[in-house]
Amino acid sequence: MSGSKQALADWTTGAEAISYQSCSACGTPQYFRRRFCASCGAADPEQKYASGKGTVYATSLVCRAATPETRAHVPYNIVLVDTAEGFRMMAHGDSDLAIGDEVTARFVPFAGRLIPHFTRTTS
Amino acid sequence: MSFITGVGLTAFGRHEGSSSLDLMSTAADLAISDAGLKRADIDGILCGYSTVAPHIMLATVFAEHFGIRPAYAHAVQVGGATGLAMTMLAHHLVESNVVRHVLVVAGENRLTGQSRDASILALAQVGHPDYEVPLGPTIPAYYGLVASRYMHEYGLTQEDLAEFAVLMRRHALMHPGAQFHDAITVADVMQSKPVALPLKLLDCCPVSDGGAAFVVSREPTGETGVRVRGCAQAHTHQHVTAAPALSEFGAEIAVARAKAASGVAMSDVRYAAVYDSFTITLAMLLEDLGLAGRGEAAAQVRAGHFGRDGTMPLNTHGGLLSYGHCGVGGAMAHLVETHLQMTGRAGSRQVRDASVALLHGDGGVLSSHVSLFLERTR
Repeated sequence: MSGSKQALADWTTGAEAISYQSCSACGTPQYFRRRFCASCGAADPEQKYASGKGTVYATSLVCRAATPETRAHVPYNIVLVDTAEGFRMMAHGDSDLAIGDEVTARFVPFAGRLIPHFTRTTS
Repeated sequence: MSFITGVGLTAFGRHEGSSSLDLMSTAADLAISDAGLKRADIDGILCGYSTVAPHIMLATVFAEHFGIRPAYAHAVQVGGATGLAMTMLAHHLVESNVVRHVLVVAGENRLTGQSRDASILALAQVGHPDYEVPLGPTIPAYYGLVASRYMHEYGLTQEDLAEFAVLMRRHALMHPGAQFHDAITVADVMQSKPVALPLKLLDCCPVSDGGAAFVVSREPTGETGVRVRGCAQAHTHQHVTAAPALSEFGAEIAVARAKAASGVAMSDVRYAAVYDSFTITLAMLLEDLGLAGRGEAAAQVRAGHFGRDGTMPLNTHGGLLSYGHCGVGGAMAHLVETHLQMTGRAGSRQVRDASVALLHGDGGVLSSHVSLFLERTR
């Protein structure tokens, strides 16, 4: 939650969106929601929606899951994506993604939730 | 000044019917005897945690169970770095005359006390509850992400990583207490089941039952003094999503601070004990600590540099990868082995010279770091 304001609906609350915060004092973007900017401490960072565009930073194909719900999906590719807006996020991605690939998010069901899933951007 | 005056370590693997308190007690008994002390001499207790039997006051639970009424006691929790963080705290407690003999102890029946899925699930919770855990990552996946990036930046291959698993297994074969007793090859590692690529089963430490303990004292109690020269920490993040660039990871920061605190130079170091939850962890930490050049650690393993007879013997008990990993006690085994080496008691594993040792622990996903220098004083 950001101060007294209602948090933007995003995939963590079941909506087809990725949200982030941008500090109105220092401009630093942050992904994990807080009531303040973790970089400078200023209160009430502005909430924004991300474009869903980014670049693959790291990947790991999970072949051994720990719960029956996630095991039904193996193998699934966990990725870290550096977004166009300047924050890093964890998501799923196509299994053939490579570091440096330009990607775009869509939203898919996973273990009873809706999660972001990145696919190589086709221009 | 402070000294590691006694050490205790159980075998790692299956201890059917043993509770976490049982394993802690066994290790504590061994360490206190090794120091030539009695239970009543112990006036401080630091303990880790047990994922099998979580408790908000584990140190006093243990103290009552073990039969000690200490002047100072509490638990410490920084994941895999807990053992060395407790050692650092014990060092400062003893140096500042708060207590005379601190018992540092951990033990957990992590293998037989719960299912392997339960262990993996409990550990995955170091991830962010809203932004990471719903994606179904596992601890190997967090480290798999780091591995993919490190391999990308420094040109490491999966075969390079496999060398570390083979080395740790070779060392474990020399220790009767190790969980694994079968030799493995690079091909075995490459063919082992994929867990979280690029990490495969043999790139990952096992889940174990076991316990470890040591006593940190103001004065040596035996013939050989093993002195804590200096130690330091660095904490850069908790979640891998929020981790800094690879070039800014905490191990480099922690070891630089430890060098400044101790006056020890890397050229003084003769023995290394480095956290090795996964092969990538060991490869990265060796390079972050300056025990190998960037991207060169695997080649140094192949050249025998980190073997018992090499110039920088490393984890001669087999490390987490092959001695085993019972939680907090897992990385404490590294210190126990270092102590045995420094006091000339490592038997068939004995290295030529362990006069100065560097120990390093990592908790979370390269989140929390503790570096520690030990020196034999006589």
